[in-house]
Amino acid sequence: FVSRSKKCSRTGASTMRSPASLTNPRYRRYNVTKAGARPKAAKPEAPGPVTKTIGGPKNGGKRVVEPKGPKFYPADDEKKPKFVRTKAKEYTSSKVAKLRGSITPGTVLILLSGRFRGKRVVFLKQLEKSGLLLVTGPFKVNGVPLRRVNQAYVIATSTKVDVSSLGTDLAAFDDAYFAREKSKSSKKPGEEFFQEKAEKAPIDPKRVADQKRIDDKLMPVISTKANLKEYLSARFSLSKGQRVHDMKF
Amino acid sequence: MGVDAKKGEPVRLWCKGAILGYKRAKKNQTNNTSLIKIDGVNERSAVDFYLGKRLAYIYKAKREVDGTRFRVIWGKVCRPHGNSGVVRAKFRKNLPPKSIGGRVRVMLYPSRI
Repeated sequence: FVSRSKKCSRTGASTMRSPASLTNPRYRRYNVTKAGARPKAAKPEAPGPVTKTIGGPKNGGKRVVEPKGPKFYPADDEKKPKFVRTKAKEYTSSKVAKLRGSITPGTVLILLSGRFRGKRVVFLKQLEKSGLLLVTGPFKVNGVPLRRVNQAYVIATSTKVDVSSLGTDLAAFDDAYFAREKSKSSKKPGEEFFQEKAEKAPIDPKRVADQKRIDDKLMPVISTKANLKEYLSARFSLSKGQRVHDMKF
Repeated sequence: MGVDAKKGEPVRLWCKGAILGYKRAKKNQTNNTSLIKIDGVNERSAVDFYLGKRLAYIYKAKREVDGTRFRVIWGKVCRPHGNSGVVRAKFRKNLPPKSIGGRVRVMLYPSRI
């Protein structure tokens, strides 16, 4: 046991330091008695005092008798139900990743990975089923189409674009819209070898039309703000001497 | 440091890190944990941004695999090490000893901002 009291070097007075488990945020304790606890089996109601009639002329006729205590007391304390964090309310209520506070519809995001890394894009909405973010370049500005992106691969900037004009248009986009098309697979491996290489599938005209529809609504909003179009077409990059941990996005 | 092929724009979305060696005492070392010095990070308080960020140790080999001679060992920033901004990292495979003094890329994802 390491003594956690610190002695003042000058006076010799000692002060108790609170243990790491109380101060260090790493040892966050979750409220054990609340949501995460498995429901206790309902205890049967303890019988209350019983009124018994007794015979004999001089015994008062009735007596209130307290029930006898249990015959068996466990040697150890009653075990508390184990706290299961994954069953706690904050985890089971929504199955989809919680959207960071810095990401709201219209926020300009910086993509950190993938084909469009470094591009600044406009966030439209979070898709319901997968929790991925729906973003668009807009395509005209920086070549990023309507696309899904994971929150973890994105830096949210403080620049916002007004996307209220899109309103109900976004409802058409969900995870099924972006689902990969199942290609006709040839079962025989030999057959595949002799087939000519499949031509690159042309872009679905529906996608092109949807892209145009969304972008045509966004472009006037972007054009009104000074330098926003140039900002969105420029790529984010780090250069020498820049400290990311000090940057304000 | 890459350059966008079409436009010639610089695109570096990772921070530079140097591999200092393994977690160690004077004569014992723990190979599964490496120490990384991230450029520009000189205080323990600054390390919080980088916790959890993915690390990539990139090296070249003679044999081509998946169309390239470059290979990666992926890892993560685990925790700070000391007071001067050095960081402990764990990689999927331990870093080879010849990587000491070499470059590691500190990616900006998973992002928390």
